[in-house]
Amino acid sequence: MKRLLLGDEAIALGALHAGLSGVYAYPGTPSTEITEFIQGDKLARERNVHSRWCTNEKTAMEAALGMSYAGKRALVCMKHVGMNVCADAFVNSAITGCNGGLIVLAADDPSMHSSQNEQDSRFYGKFAMIPVFEPSNQQEAYDMVEEAFALSERLKEPVLMRVVTRLAHSRAAVEIHDAKAENELSPETDRTHWVLLPGNAKRQYAALIEKQPVIAEAAADSEFNRLELCEDEPENKTGVICCGIGYNYVKEAVGNTMNVLKVSQYPLPEKDIVALAAVSENLLVVEDGQPVVEELVRGMLGAGYPVYGRLTGALPRAGELNPDNVAKALGVESNKVYDPSPVLAGRPPQFCQGCGHRDVYNALREVVAEFGDKARVFGDIGCYTLGALPPFTAIDSCVDMGASITMAKGAADAGVHPSIAIIGDSTFTHSGMTGLLDAVNDHSNIVVVISDNLTTGMTGGQDSAGTSKYEAICVALGVDPAHVRVIVPQPTKVEQIKEMIREEIAYPDVSVIIPRRECIQTLARHARQKAAARKQ
Amino acid sequence: MKKDIILCGVGGQGILSIATIIGEAATAAGLNLKQAEVHGMSQRGGDVQSNLRLSTDVIYSDLIPMGEADVIISMEPMEALRYLPYLSKEGAVVTSSQSFVNIPNYPEVSAIDAELDKLPKVAKLDIEQIAKEVATVRSANVVLLGMAAPYIGILSTDELRGAVARVFERKGEAVVEANLKAFDAGVAAVG
Repeated sequence: MKRLLLGDEAIALGALHAGLSGVYAYPGTPSTEITEFIQGDKLARERNVHSRWCTNEKTAMEAALGMSYAGKRALVCMKHVGMNVCADAFVNSAITGCNGGLIVLAADDPSMHSSQNEQDSRFYGKFAMIPVFEPSNQQEAYDMVEEAFALSERLKEPVLMRVVTRLAHSRAAVEIHDAKAENELSPETDRTHWVLLPGNAKRQYAALIEKQPVIAEAAADSEFNRLELCEDEPENKTGVICCGIGYNYVKEAVGNTMNVLKVSQYPLPEKDIVALAAVSENLLVVEDGQPVVEELVRGMLGAGYPVYGRLTGALPRAGELNPDNVAKALGVESNKVYDPSPVLAGRPPQFCQGCGHRDVYNALREVVAEFGDKARVFGDIGCYTLGALPPFTAIDSCVDMGASITMAKGAADAGVHPSIAIIGDSTFTHSGMTGLLDAVNDHSNIVVVISDNLTTGMTGGQDSAGTSKYEAICVALGVDPAHVRVIVPQPTKVEQIKEMIREEIAYPDVSVIIPRRECIQTLARHARQKAAARKQ
Repeated sequence: MKKDIILCGVGGQGILSIATIIGEAATAAGLNLKQAEVHGMSQRGGDVQSNLRLSTDVIYSDLIPMGEADVIISMEPMEALRYLPYLSKEGAVVTSSQSFVNIPNYPEVSAIDAELDKLPKVAKLDIEQIAKEVATVRSANVVLLGMAAPYIGILSTDELRGAVARVFERKGEAVVEANLKAFDAGVAAVG
């Protein structure tokens, strides 16, 4: 049976059919649809597979490790920058090892379609010294999940699966099979693996090093890696190493006319690379993201052997691969006819009409203007980052999840006044709470605006972990209850919001303003759901 | 045989519904298909596009190379121009004639029209008006699909029409009827 699936959905269904017991995730483009698929799946509901959103990627990673500890198969999903948030748990999970199969799924975003960098998660796999899988298409993504769980259980190590936006968000028909049963509950019995006191940790690290040849062998024998040599000697003497979806662009451009090595499981299959180098005059590395493989292959073959890729300019140093830049690197002429039209304007994304963030920014920028160039507004990650664009031009920074509060605090420490943070509700519980505690303990002179739309808006309206708890959280962290203030952001209340901001700027300690009104997208969706329910 | 289609417009205009209908028709016809979508921040009033590839053979790349799109189907005239480098020599542009202006520097409408009229195959109509006349304004994207039907080629008009009915089936008979009328009106408008 075939089903039309996004790459993300193929991974989700592959995991369910491999006997998944829990997915743990915080929403992040382009990974969100994996968890959403499982939340909506009938089999997952029947089996009571865990799929509720987590507060952040670190809590997700640790909960998944706990499920693996108990003997069951677990999947943890995130966008690439989420790997930074969970890195402590991730790297140490390779030292403890796992019990039930554990897959860490990182969805990278080369070209930064919806991200603040294009870091390549394959580095994390190498860093943690565990196997890495990188599917080239939707079918392989589905099939690979089962293999990845099996390898994880055979090695007793977590494995990393890396996808990129163009696979995550592209649909194709996938041949699917029946679902396997879940693992039985069988909690780990050997404490020494799991208690990473130095004595145990040294032993576990030595064991991880000892597993390296087995991990390399698994990749060398992998069905997902394939040396494809032409029957007759090809005209073009370049050998191509194609990683993940890079393979598709190469095949699109040259078909079967060049010698290629398809790589979808790491560590790199060294024997195949040496064999390809032996029948080629030079190698071209086609990989999406950063030049991870290109550097490794250079090391493998030595200085005398020419290796081309992103580092040499054969492919662009930044940005995603596409059929055009890969074809160019392979010397294939483009069929392009039309140049870009001169009659064209950019159309950046913008706040929805009626969005509460608009009212917050309309108030904020006017108050900020009253302070000349003295005030600074530290922004954060979410729809409200669009406040950086005209007509608002209302934030001065956006770095990482939670950085608004802590940067405002640091700037206030240095003497900036007014120092204002603006952060969304979901981002606040993800990584803002600890920063707020620092600010409270230091009596920092900052105003924190938690723009609460009752959802995780930017990724499509997922549940937000702290909904209905924000005042209680702020007060419990030590903010004076008189300076935790709530207001409904709407056009008629802009003057009131402005006055509130002025008052709290005047208060020389931490204050929190919570403008709260539901995201108009989720509001409309909830209304549709209610109407549909009434019909039935 | 293969057909490469670019669907485009402004976030919220319903281009993914068009993709769903063509995808349904292609699956029923046993064609291979790849469809790259845009999710996340770019949906909010910004430009959106989807690459749809249909073929009787294996499709490798999820993205269409420049100069190879057989059809650009656009919910907005300026957005159609954005993807011109992808259009093949004999490729067709099927677009709404009505501008969606949500940016301060939107070009002169006459300049957009002039650019479009230079192309060899263009179908440009007020799809909202047609949708209002035969069904509801919400079916404008299905009018556009009807206009594009003759250019899609690899699927017959009947196959696409059948897919319209199946995709809207769960929304009830009235919605199916409205969308079939919209589709037929689109087909008739270019026929």
